[in-house]
Amino acid sequence: MPIIVTGLITILIGVGGMIAYFWLSNYLLDKVLFPAKGENIGRNVRRATAIRPWLFVFPAVFALGLYLVVPVFYSAWLSVSSFASSDLAARGPLANYVAVLSNPEFRIALLNNFLWVLVVPSASTFIGLLAAQLTDRLSWGNIAKSLVFMPMAISFVGASLIWSFVYHPDPEIGILNAIRATFGAEGGRTFIDGDIVDSFWLMVVLIWIQTGFAMVILSAALRGVPEDTIEAAIVDGANPFQIFFKIKVPQIMPTILVVWTTITILVLKVYDIVAAMGNQYRNVEILPTQMMQSFDSGNYGFATAISVIIMVLVLPVMIWNIRQSRAEMR
Amino acid sequence: MDNIAGQKSGLSIATHLATALLVLLWIIPTLGLLVTSFRDQDAISQSGWWRALQGAPQPYVLSIPVDGQRQIDGGTWLLETNIFEVAAADLPQSVVDRRAVDAFGVSRLRGADTPAGETVETRQGVAVTIETDGSLRATAPEELSDLSIPVSLVAPPQMTVENYAEVLTDTTAEERAALREEGTTLDRLLFSDEALFGPFVNTLTVAIPATVIPIVIAAFAAYALAWMDFPGRGFLIAMVVGLLVVPLQLAFVPITIIHEWFGIGKSFLGIWLAHTGFGLPLAVYLLRNYMVGLPRDIIECAKVDGATDFEIFRKIVLPLSFPALASFAIFQFLWTWNDLLVASVFLPSNTESTVMTRFVVTSLLGSRGGEWHILAAAAFVMIAVPLVVFFTMQRYLVRGLLAGSVK
Repeated sequence: MPIIVTGLITILIGVGGMIAYFWLSNYLLDKVLFPAKGENIGRNVRRATAIRPWLFVFPAVFALGLYLVVPVFYSAWLSVSSFASSDLAARGPLANYVAVLSNPEFRIALLNNFLWVLVVPSASTFIGLLAAQLTDRLSWGNIAKSLVFMPMAISFVGASLIWSFVYHPDPEIGILNAIRATFGAEGGRTFIDGDIVDSFWLMVVLIWIQTGFAMVILSAALRGVPEDTIEAAIVDGANPFQIFFKIKVPQIMPTILVVWTTITILVLKVYDIVAAMGNQYRNVEILPTQMMQSFDSGNYGFATAISVIIMVLVLPVMIWNIRQSRAEMR
Repeated sequence: MDNIAGQKSGLSIATHLATALLVLLWIIPTLGLLVTSFRDQDAISQSGWWRALQGAPQPYVLSIPVDGQRQIDGGTWLLETNIFEVAAADLPQSVVDRRAVDAFGVSRLRGADTPAGETVETRQGVAVTIETDGSLRATAPEELSDLSIPVSLVAPPQMTVENYAEVLTDTTAEERAALREEGTTLDRLLFSDEALFGPFVNTLTVAIPATVIPIVIAAFAAYALAWMDFPGRGFLIAMVVGLLVVPLQLAFVPITIIHEWFGIGKSFLGIWLAHTGFGLPLAVYLLRNYMVGLPRDIIECAKVDGATDFEIFRKIVLPLSFPALASFAIFQFLWTWNDLLVASVFLPSNTESTVMTRFVVTSLLGSRGGEWHILAAAAFVMIAVPLVVFFTMQRYLVRGLLAGSVK
């Protein structure tokens, strides 16, 4: 198995190289460039201290820059300068955007993406909150949580297979159709067959995966709610539902928001489920699948234009995130 | 708290029930495919997986010896026997042991269309009844010359790992036996073109370096961002937080061009680097958040004692940060193992270097889309490793999630 050997050698070179880099660069800094001795000792130590942090962050900053920062600008530039045909190029720098935005398939993808962003985070967060509250004081709560959390480990492709089997049109194979059959429905229903509502069947898969994530985080937040606020509510005669909705939920609202935005970002990136389950149907397309189509056909202008549009959609979340973390640091 | 409110019982039963329902809903889809992956190809199409333990009815045509018939009153001939005794030689032992008749018939064309226990009559006036235990009673106006009956007998559930062998080697049991006689080695079988074993190894090859390398890079950077003071630190932290949400799609075209330019092209090296770049924001963010929380005293004492930053990092911070390192390692491993998107962009599409997710989507779903015994086994080969990692390391995973999200 030569390729796995290559992999192991890469690990050794990668890890060894990193350690060698840090050791050598620190040695160079301390012993050769600015030794902590001689007449300029004060100045040397000051300079070494000023440079050292950059030695530590350089590899990460370099990789982040090359793989994430540069691409943002490079993509933006490609989207206004790379054209599939000279005909398109003649229409000016925004021709790709005009062509993409006026494509009816793109509008379907945008609408679907909008539905995904609307439905999946709200459903996952809501069911996750419910699950967190239900399992909170249960003796077997941890086992229950672990089982609801499990789909998190399953790949989107694996989850797509699992759910395709659930949706199987044959009542002797697919359990959903078997349940329909016991209630007297005739014949099997093909769940994913090109209807616009098909997206909802695909969303179920992502909700199934993400609910566990929401549950784990919200359950920790629920435990953090101060007991005395709950006791006060009980003394005032609040029922369990009032305690949950009027005392607990408002106190964990910031965490609910974090969970919500985290899942929203994930939804904007989701590609695998639609590619694996709705492959042949135009009606379930979302922006990432459209982007990959243009990419696979080598139309880099369209591909980058769509990816820039996705980036613009993510931008508000990004700004909000940065603001939050800045506020925290103060 | 509930008992203080004095309404423990009713609500608590409802809670138990609701939780049980939720858990059931959540595991049934996975359970269904898991059970299916161990079932015989024919059994899958004959009965739902939820009936797997009951065993699936299998069709047979039995010719019943008629020498035991006798004439009763009115000239009617009567044959009483048990099909499991007289036709045992034609049936597999497991079916005979099970002794369960699902249905029978009298016409070979229509097959076994009458439920066991009922009576069916042929055009010639032969009335046949077979009970579920196999006892047969036939009455005929004339002496029977022969009696051949299509029956559907319940075979006990057969759990098999053949599906896994088939998907990993792309050969059925007979083909494997034939190839072994020809002298084909196991190695050749496992790495044949349409076998899943090759992609399994490739997935491992992608995931391990793509997990280890970003950890090393991120650990150093996180230490600097947490414990060293330098101008631009705040900006770098904000940058990492911002890059957390940059859609990967944005990087595909530029990185493809850059890789092409450096001569890396589509290769394992390319995907290792790409996963490293894409995983770094989360790695730096998680590790920095954790390292910042380490006690300041320890680090300052070490500094007073003359330890360099490199020593503090290696001897104090790194060992103390083990939980955070573990939780990021799990995230990154699950993510790289399960990834389809990055692999479709940065790896060549030939079988020698494709990963499992991509192999399933492009090869299996296309060419063997309806063969669920193959798809189910492939799905579980794909998710087995992540599930093991998940259940053994869940503690760290949860801790990492909380460090990353709860503020």
